[in-house]
Amino acid sequence: MSQFIKDNLEKDGIDRRGFLKCMAWAGTGALCVMKGGVLKSFALSDVMQHNVGDFKGDLSFVQISDSHIGFNKAANPDVTATLREAIAKVNALPTPPSFVLHTGDLTHLSKPSEFDTLAESLKSLKTERIFYVPGEHDVLDDNGAMFRERFGKGAMGDGWHSFDRNGIHFVGLVNVMNLKAGGLGSLGNDQLAWLQKDVSALKSSTPIVLFAHIPLWAVYPQWGWGTDDSEQALSYLKRFGSVTVLNGHIHQTMQKVEGNVTFHTACSTAFPQPQPGQADSPGPMKVPDDKLRGVLGITDVNFVRGTHSLGIVDSTLA
Amino acid sequence: MKKTRWMFGVVLTVLAAFATLAVTQPRVAKAGDQPASAEVKIDNFSFGPQTLTVAAGTTVTWKNNDDVPHTVVSDDKVFKSKALDTDDKYSYTFTKPGTYNYFCSVHPKMIAKIVVQ
Repeated sequence: MSQFIKDNLEKDGIDRRGFLKCMAWAGTGALCVMKGGVLKSFALSDVMQHNVGDFKGDLSFVQISDSHIGFNKAANPDVTATLREAIAKVNALPTPPSFVLHTGDLTHLSKPSEFDTLAESLKSLKTERIFYVPGEHDVLDDNGAMFRERFGKGAMGDGWHSFDRNGIHFVGLVNVMNLKAGGLGSLGNDQLAWLQKDVSALKSSTPIVLFAHIPLWAVYPQWGWGTDDSEQALSYLKRFGSVTVLNGHIHQTMQKVEGNVTFHTACSTAFPQPQPGQADSPGPMKVPDDKLRGVLGITDVNFVRGTHSLGIVDSTLA
Repeated sequence: MKKTRWMFGVVLTVLAAFATLAVTQPRVAKAGDQPASAEVKIDNFSFGPQTLTVAAGTTVTWKNNDDVPHTVVSDDKVFKSKALDTDDKYSYTFTKPGTYNYFCSVHPKMIAKIVVQ
């Protein structure tokens, strides 16, 4: 499914005509690239017809998400196998990623054996470093202690951290802790205070990438797909020219542009979930066996210096 | 002599009748005699029933029928389950009357309450 925005309502000099609202989760990947202030989009199949090298730049990295190691129900009885297929896909990219982001729900039940299997599987991923943020499935019963010990070294508080690569500032946020009854995801005051300080000394021309598990915009609050205090976090980033937000949790790709911020959610490597409102609840969705790999996938992100935003390509396992 | 034996027989019969009555007469059940129990099913990311009314002393058992784990956590920290996988159960006995709001700490939009009378 693809839609084009015909009218550019935001008067900020950015021409959004032709922007592809990437709501597709079945079978297609999407490339959204900003060049010279003009947003262009291509279905992945079209990109392959072009010279893919055209979209490569100074930095490329990959986002994987929602591996749910330990899940074994009808929607996917072997999530470890599909994770390994995703890893193979990453290893087969024309340009090896500088690093990989895992945006949470590494495991399904926070069990030690599940963290073991995940760590073991990721050993075959050809990249220098993997950065993680937890999902709500990673912090059951122990408030995330095991996650932080194994995958959050050097992180602060509940697991937030930041790092720089090639002039881009990356911030890993945790919005799955201390959730309140009836609420959505939550960053909390401590983390917000840290974030404000963390970006305060950066030049406004520094591209920023935030990554967190639950979406930082209100995708579908009825299903908990949003973060209560994300607006406050984004207010600290208003002065920056380029902000990209990478999330997981919803097990489908979705994109949104709002002012200087591009939001993007990733597929799961384990199982798909329904589109907002298309089912009773956001649980694991069973699709015909031969369609499963068409709805699971990875996200390849490229940064070209001098452009306004990052080029994001989603590709499925099949 | 005959009369005495006859009287004895009557008394025995009457006693036997009373004994039988005493044994077969159902005992009137009183509140709190047997522990009451109630169920909440967790299905499709919701607690069913969303409002459950029970008598004090009732043990409520939650059962997770979803493919994802859920928890049962009281808003006021009165009770808290571990993560419940598919088919896992959690029970809590409510002794004090009151309204107990609770939610799933993994999916906090899932809210419900137990009303104890």
